[in-house]
Amino acid sequence: MAKNMKLVTSPLNLNNPILVQVLGICSALAITVKVEYAIIMSVSVLFVMAFANVIMSLLRNTIPSRIRIIVQLVIIAALVILVDQVLKAYLYDVSKQLSVFVGLIITNCIIMGRLEAFALGNKPFESFLDGVGNAGGYALILIIIAFVREVFGSGTVTLPGLGELPVIPQAFYDFGYQNNGLMILPPAALIVVGVIIWVQRSMTRELIED
Amino acid sequence: MQDLVNIFVKSIFIDNMVFAYFLGMCSYLAVSKTVKTATGLGLAVVFVLGITVPVNYLLENYILKKGALEWLIGDQAATLDLSFLSFIMFIAVIASMVQLVEMVVEKFAPSLYTSLGIFLPLIAVNCAILGGALFMQEREYTSIGEATVFGLGSGIGFFLAIIGIAAIREKIRYSEVPAPLRGIGITFIATGLMAIAFMTFMGIKL
Repeated sequence: MAKNMKLVTSPLNLNNPILVQVLGICSALAITVKVEYAIIMSVSVLFVMAFANVIMSLLRNTIPSRIRIIVQLVIIAALVILVDQVLKAYLYDVSKQLSVFVGLIITNCIIMGRLEAFALGNKPFESFLDGVGNAGGYALILIIIAFVREVFGSGTVTLPGLGELPVIPQAFYDFGYQNNGLMILPPAALIVVGVIIWVQRSMTRELIED
Repeated sequence: MQDLVNIFVKSIFIDNMVFAYFLGMCSYLAVSKTVKTATGLGLAVVFVLGITVPVNYLLENYILKKGALEWLIGDQAATLDLSFLSFIMFIAVIASMVQLVEMVVEKFAPSLYTSLGIFLPLIAVNCAILGGALFMQEREYTSIGEATVFGLGSGIGFFLAIIGIAAIREKIRYSEVPAPLRGIGITFIATGLMAIAFMTFMGIKL
């Protein structure tokens, strides 16, 4: 039981997919302009990852290892098509905004990486937990980045179903405060991730590289 | 002709795969420790993007798009839209093209093959390649020439980026970076600064 707990909690910090394993960076950076996009992306990745892990783990003893990569790609691609069609049907605007990045979940290295590293050698339930944990760690970082970028870049927080909520009070603007337009642009995402890594490693000394 | 040059320049500098869209980040970070390996990966990406984007363009325009099957089944095709299959088709094309390119290169250019080494197979899961195909689909290029030029240009953009960061990382090793930032942290920040530099191209209208 404690071991299963660890599968879910260790990717949140010590073994975080983005900060420590450095997987799945592309989408983490590209869609973090608004918190809403980050949440929707995280849910999509959670779905694809948990189920891809379970399916792969069920098939792990029947697939010859030489063709496993193509099998993995097909499983992931099928799940991603499901997600894409659902988004197009129910959240059309968001799916337009996320543009190619929903499709790019297929080549999101977190998913391939966890399939290779975990699901190929473990039972379905543990693989499911591993998928949930890693998607959780991914979601956590995604939402932190998106929050920082949106608050400083646009002065709002957009949540699904609630719309844009202003965070910076109007009085600040009256006083001459300006939104930092750089935060919305791509380079800021990289620097925000760099700073998050800095903070995390200062708190967790054992992760420091030499 | 001018269109082609525009698309080429645009895809290298303005719509740079790494700095503007963060595609191929995983391999960009993992393989940029030395300039030598970075060159290998960069060349392989140029090569594979230059081949897969036009192939996927043909696939998109003659099979997947709405009404694209007209050459095969006539008027019935008008309502047939297979584009929901595009992810799975593109990734299959990419995986098989990578395999094919690997075999051809091994046969006809053994020296290139040894220098590309393990990077060729890895490229099948590089998001820059699938990203190239998906952008091609989204931006609706009108001819195969445009698609090819776009593929090559994006590849060269990635090549420039990875060589640049590899050179910076080789030098950074001798600098005093704060301990928690060492390794991946400083690489992110350096990439961010490079991306700011590349943003200067944004104002150029083509």
